[in-house]
Amino acid sequence: MLNSTTNTLQNINEDISVGTKLPALVLPPITRTTLALFAGASGDHNPIHIDSDFAKQFGMEDVFAHGMLSMAYLGRMLTNWLPQSNLKKFATKFTAITQLHDVLTCSGEVIELFTDNNESLAKVLIKVENQNGVSTLVGEATVVISS
Amino acid sequence: MLDKTKIGHQFQPFTIEVEKGRLKFFAKAIGETNPIYFDEQAAIKAGHKSILAPPTFAFTIDLDGPELLPVLKLLDMDIGKVLHGAQEFEYMANIYAGDNITVAVSIKDMFDKKGGALEFVVLETRFCNQDDALVATALNTLVYRN
Repeated sequence: MLNSTTNTLQNINEDISVGTKLPALVLPPITRTTLALFAGASGDHNPIHIDSDFAKQFGMEDVFAHGMLSMAYLGRMLTNWLPQSNLKKFATKFTAITQLHDVLTCSGEVIELFTDNNESLAKVLIKVENQNGVSTLVGEATVVISS
Repeated sequence: MLDKTKIGHQFQPFTIEVEKGRLKFFAKAIGETNPIYFDEQAAIKAGHKSILAPPTFAFTIDLDGPELLPVLKLLDMDIGKVLHGAQEFEYMANIYAGDNITVAVSIKDMFDKKGGALEFVVLETRFCNQDDALVATALNTLVYRN
């Protein structure tokens, strides 16, 4: 597929095979400031993430992190590994709520190599876990490894 | 129960200019350290036309429409009961600072689980740039806690 990403698409010559692990990304603890900044920057002004009174009114213990904050962290891990132009699909399910003070770790592992349209692609299992080993996001990314 | 006759509803498309300052703020908020996401000169040096929007930024472009999640009003949903269930993106091209992105959202599906205790609304979004190129698509599954 030819498009405007082609000029920056990079062939990845290093060894990528089933079982290859991506360099993990460990984040600083989630604070109220983290959530306030992300609310403003992301445009997600849902008060449940920034207003404790509102969160309690809806049965939550306190404010909690935006799912899309964790997905953005996964995005950082992926683009630390390969140029963004190589990323074709990025999908996650939000499986548990991220609470204040949680320490998140993003990780990924190549689970399949395949060819489509003369491109070599890798499917990567991606996840975010908290400090107790609970998965908060689980998903898959598809990346081009050569074309 | 949410009104399932709204499956297929198309919301009014809107166009958002991707601003450099906003991308810098987003990069700061997610702790991004790669300068192609916040420094235009670094981005150009790396072969990009300007600051690159990171992979999940399309979701922010979607939220920046005239109304935050217009589906809430259409389906009479209370924002305090909404959770994000799943999110998917497919990418055809990069989005850069200075691009004008037209966002078209529709309701792709609605279903419920646990006897209606949880309802799901799947939104499909198409993102086109100023050259009418489809640059990304997204699926956003919202969970409604009844």
